[in-house]
Amino acid sequence: MFRRVAIIGIGHSKFGVRQDVNVNELAFESIKPAIEDAGVDKRDIELMVLGSVGVWYEEPLPVVSIAEYCGLSGVGLLRTEAACATGSAAFFTAYSAIASGQIDVALVVGVEKMREVDTLTAIELMGRAGCYLWEFHNFGITFPAYYALHATAHMAKYGTTEEDLALIAVKNHKYAAMNPNAQFRKPITINDVLSSMVIAWPLKLYDCCPITDGSATIILASENKVREFKVDTPIWVAGIGYSSDTVNLSKRSSYVGLYPTVRASQMAYRMANIEPKDVELANVHDCFTIAELMAYEDLGFCRKGEGVKLIRDGEVEVDGKIPVNVDGGLKAKGHPIGATGISMIAELAKQLRGEAIERSRQVAFRKYIALAHNVGGTGHYCYVTILKR
Amino acid sequence: MLTIPTLKSKPINLSYDIPISRTKQFWDGLKEGKVLATKCKKCGTLNFPPAADCPNCYSSDIEWIPLSSEGEIETFTHVIVKPQSFQEYEPYTIVIVKLKDNVRVLAWLTDTLIENIKVGMKVKLQVKKSQEGVLTYEFTPI
Ligand SMILES: [Zn+2]
Repeated sequence: MFRRVAIIGIGHSKFGVRQDVNVNELAFESIKPAIEDAGVDKRDIELMVLGSVGVWYEEPLPVVSIAEYCGLSGVGLLRTEAACATGSAAFFTAYSAIASGQIDVALVVGVEKMREVDTLTAIELMGRAGCYLWEFHNFGITFPAYYALHATAHMAKYGTTEEDLALIAVKNHKYAAMNPNAQFRKPITINDVLSSMVIAWPLKLYDCCPITDGSATIILASENKVREFKVDTPIWVAGIGYSSDTVNLSKRSSYVGLYPTVRASQMAYRMANIEPKDVELANVHDCFTIAELMAYEDLGFCRKGEGVKLIRDGEVEVDGKIPVNVDGGLKAKGHPIGATGISMIAELAKQLRGEAIERSRQVAFRKYIALAHNVGGTGHYCYVTILKR
Repeated sequence: MLTIPTLKSKPINLSYDIPISRTKQFWDGLKEGKVLATKCKKCGTLNFPPAADCPNCYSSDIEWIPLSSEGEIETFTHVIVKPQSFQEYEPYTIVIVKLKDNVRVLAWLTDTLIENIKVGMKVKLQVKKSQEGVLTYEFTPI
């Protein structure tokens, strides 16, 4: 049988435009606090898994570079890629190595330096991250356009409006204002969203997450080590699910949701032996406002097509039925692609320990169950991770 | 504004030579005004984008057949903020269309006003020459 695995340390850098640091220095900003938080010696770490998509920064072998910079050369090293779900894929890799009995302590770091290239080049690189030959080469699709195609379909089928989507942006900016690590710290209004420039209709500037630099780190350990290290509040990995979909959007049969979210979440719920209604806090993949709306539905927090009710009725606020992205989400905390999944899971661990930065967004748990939903590309990859205190 | 000190890296110019030997019929078909898909001779699966190997049964025994030219818009978007390599273009409309033979195609929709475009609208697929003079395929209203 698999061994139980717990989160014993977390670290998080400030997200934003971080041209004040290089990739090594940015990773250090979350690795150091995570090791300190875990109370381990860096010699206890057996495996270091890096989640980073790269290409926007100069180092082609970042995990080797970061390991040297953080005095970790010698440990097992590897890097994962799962587009925007890279961080969760790194987490899953380290989790599996411990659960299987191969190792006892792993460090998972997600880092992205996206602001070393100009904005149009970043848009180009992200747009190519679908099917280059059949979607980008002749048709110049962009990342916002991929999700805009879903927004248009959702609006046509369920009557979802641009105002509904704006409510999600307003909510996430509100919580980012309470999170010192977030890229954006200013609350916005519905009118700010609706009057912002169109990027890919129906999505406007404020429907889109920013381009972000940032890093986040988690230390994972086996149950034996949790006891040996006398960890106060281990946060247990209760379930992990994963799935994928076609690279070409045209190979899919529907655009009102992401099937990989449905499949990955059902797998994770089964493993954790819980139902969607048991989840007390979720960090979902809101790279665009429509993505958060589809996540409510595909994760089973409501029925398909009824996601707008949750946002209209305030059920996804910190004191609602199912708080979602009360750290600001990708939308306003920022989305450093490879770091995002680790940031989501680290944030949930912090909340489950009752240590949310700024008490105004601390969730009151009863069952102590939280869920991270991390999508790569446009549902190309999906990972769902369930944590329990 | 505060300037942050940085060091400029050596530039690289990346461009790939993409092999098309096994889908050459598709590119030749465009020259004849046809948009071709592949059909697996063993299991009958119709594939677009064309595939030289059948993802369903792994047979490489395929035939090339023209796609049905009519279909309905399933979803669309207007791209206003364009990538670096499309800066020379005016904003464009991308649609996903379900054709009569049940295959979906993603391409531009041209020759219509943005405000007229609706999900469910009937369109036809045709070969066109891009602004850069390269053969491609697009949808236009019926
Ligand atoms: Zn076949």
